[in-house]
Amino acid sequence: MNPLAATGRVTITVSRTVGEIVFFALDGMVRGLRGPWYPRQILRQMIEIGYYSLPVVGLTAIFTGMVLALQSYIGFSRFEAPDAIPTIVVLSMTRELGPVLAGLMVAGRVGAAMAAELGTMRVTEQIDALHTLATDPLRYLVFPRLVAGLLMLPLLVLVADVIGVMGGYLVSVYKLGFGPIEYINRTFDHLEAQDVISGLVKAAVFGFIVALMGCYQGYHSRGGAQGVGAATTRAVVSASILILTADYMLTEIFFSR
Amino acid sequence: MNRPPAKIRIRDLRKSFGDNHVLRGLDLDVPAGRSLVVIGGSGTGKSVLLKCILGLLRADGGSIEVDGEEVVGARGATLERIRLKFGMLFQGAALFDSLPVWENVAFGLLARRLVGRAEARERALATLAKVGLGAEVLDLYPAELSGGMQKRVGLARAIATEPEILFFDEPTTGLDPIMADVINELVRRSVKKLGATAVSITHDMASVRKIADRVAMLFEGRIIWEGAIEEIDDSGNPYVDQFIHGRAEGPIRVLQDMPAD
Ligand SMILES: Nc1ncnc2c1ncn2[C@@H]1O[C@H](COP(=O)(O)OP(=O)(O)OP(=O)(O)O)[C@@H](O)[C@H]1O
Ligand SMILES: [Mg+2]
Repeated sequence: MNPLAATGRVTITVSRTVGEIVFFALDGMVRGLRGPWYPRQILRQMIEIGYYSLPVVGLTAIFTGMVLALQSYIGFSRFEAPDAIPTIVVLSMTRELGPVLAGLMVAGRVGAAMAAELGTMRVTEQIDALHTLATDPLRYLVFPRLVAGLLMLPLLVLVADVIGVMGGYLVSVYKLGFGPIEYINRTFDHLEAQDVISGLVKAAVFGFIVALMGCYQGYHSRGGAQGVGAATTRAVVSASILILTADYMLTEIFFSR
Repeated sequence: MNRPPAKIRIRDLRKSFGDNHVLRGLDLDVPAGRSLVVIGGSGTGKSVLLKCILGLLRADGGSIEVDGEEVVGARGATLERIRLKFGMLFQGAALFDSLPVWENVAFGLLARRLVGRAEARERALATLAKVGLGAEVLDLYPAELSGGMQKRVGLARAIATEPEILFFDEPTTGLDPIMADVINELVRRSVKKLGATAVSITHDMASVRKIADRVAMLFEGRIIWEGAIEEIDDSGNPYVDQFIHGRAEGPIRVLQDMPAD
C-alpha cells in the first residue's frame, strides 16, 4: 500500500476521533450546566469515584511513599545528604506521583466501570429509553460523571499526599533512624503551596480525562458484550495515555511559570 | 368508515445500515385515536421503523410528520418536544437496571417533574396494577424479575405518563396466554378510554385480532398492504395470506432454495 495514503488515513482518523471527543466533552458540559440538573446522580457518582476509590488509592500511596523513602536514601546517602529524604518524598508525592498514580488507579477502577455501565446501557437500548422518557442522556449520565471526576480526584489526591508522606515517615523513622519530629519538620520546611496546588490541578484534569474517556467509549459502544468489553479496554488505555501526556504538558506549564 | 386525520404521516422513508437497505421508501398513515398493528417477518425493519419515528435512528431520507411536525432532520429541543408525546415499550424492555422497579415506572413522571417522589411511587403502584403486578415488585431490581415481568414493567413505564402516542414493540411476546390477553385488553383500553394513538408490533395473530383497528404489513422495506382488521382475512394479498396463516410455502421465501436431494 502507498505509505503516504496510509499516513493520511491514520491522520484523518486520529483527528476525527479527537474532534469527536472534544465535541462530546463540550456538549456534555454545556448541556449539563444549562440543566435540568440531576443532583442524585451527581452525588452517586461522587461517592462512587471518591469514596470507593479510597482503599486502592490509599494502598498505592502508602507503598509509593515507603519506596520513595528507601530509594532516595540509597541515592542520597552517597552524597552524604540523607536529610533531603522528607523533602524528596513530599515533593514527589504532591507534585507528581500522587496525581499520576491516583489518576491511573482511578482510570482502571472507575473509567472501566463507567465504560461498561454506559456501554451496557447503550446495547440494551436503555439510552434510547432515556430519550423517550424526556431525559437527555448527556445531562443524566455523562454530566454527573464528568463533574464527579473533576471534583473528586483532587480530594483523593489530597488524601494520597498525606498517606504517601506517612509511608515515607514510617520507613524513615522505623528503618532509617530519623527522629519523628525532625522528619515532620523537614517535610514542611521546603514545601510551598504551589507544590500542592499544582498537584491538585493535575488531579482535576486527570479526573476529567478518566470520566470523559469512560463516558465517551461507553456511550459509543456497539455490538453486544464483545463491543462493551472492547469499549472498556479502550477507555482504560486511552485514559492512561492521555493522563501521562497531560501530565507532561501540565508539568511544563507549571515549570515555566 | 370515515378516517380520522393522520397522527403520524410517513412518506418515502428510507433507512439503510451499510448495504442492508432496511426501509426502502415506506409510506404509512397512522390515524389519530386508533390502534395500528404492524406485522411482518423477523428482521424486516419493524423495530427500525418505530425508532426512526422517535428520532432514535436518523432516517436517510423521506419524511415523518407527527401532528404535522417533521421529525426527519429535527434536532435538540424540537425533537425533545415531539418525543414528549410518546411512550414506548422496547422489544427487550430496556429497563434501567440501576433503578428499582418503581423508579423505572415513574421515570417519565419524575423526569417531567410532574410529581414528587412519594406520589410518584403511588402512581407507579397504580400503573403496575394495570399490568398485573403488585406491591411486592416495587423495590426489586429489573435483574430480579422474570422476562415476562420485565416486559410488563416496560409496558407500565411506557403508559405511566398517559402519552398521546403509544408504541408497543411485541408487548405480549414471552407472556402466558392469560397474561397476554390482559395486556391486549390494556392496549385496547388505552386507545378506547384514553383516546391514545397506538402502534404495536406483534407476531401473534390472536393478539393482532384483539388490539388492531388497522393492520399494515411490512415487506422488503415497504408497506405492501394496509387495511382495517375486518378486511385482513380477504385482503386478496398473497403475502398477507401467507403471513396470517403462517405457511412456509408462498411468495415470501424464508429458506434459501435448497438443492433437491
Ligand atoms: N443498530 C443497527 N445497526 C445495524 N443494523 C441494524 C440495527 N438495527 C437493526 N438493524 C438491521 O435492520 C434490520 C431490521 O431490524 P429490526 O430490528 O427492525 O427487525 P424487526 O422487523 O423488528 O424484527 P423482529 O421481528 O425479529 O424484531 C435487520 O436486518 C437488522 O440487522
Ligand atoms: Mg423487532
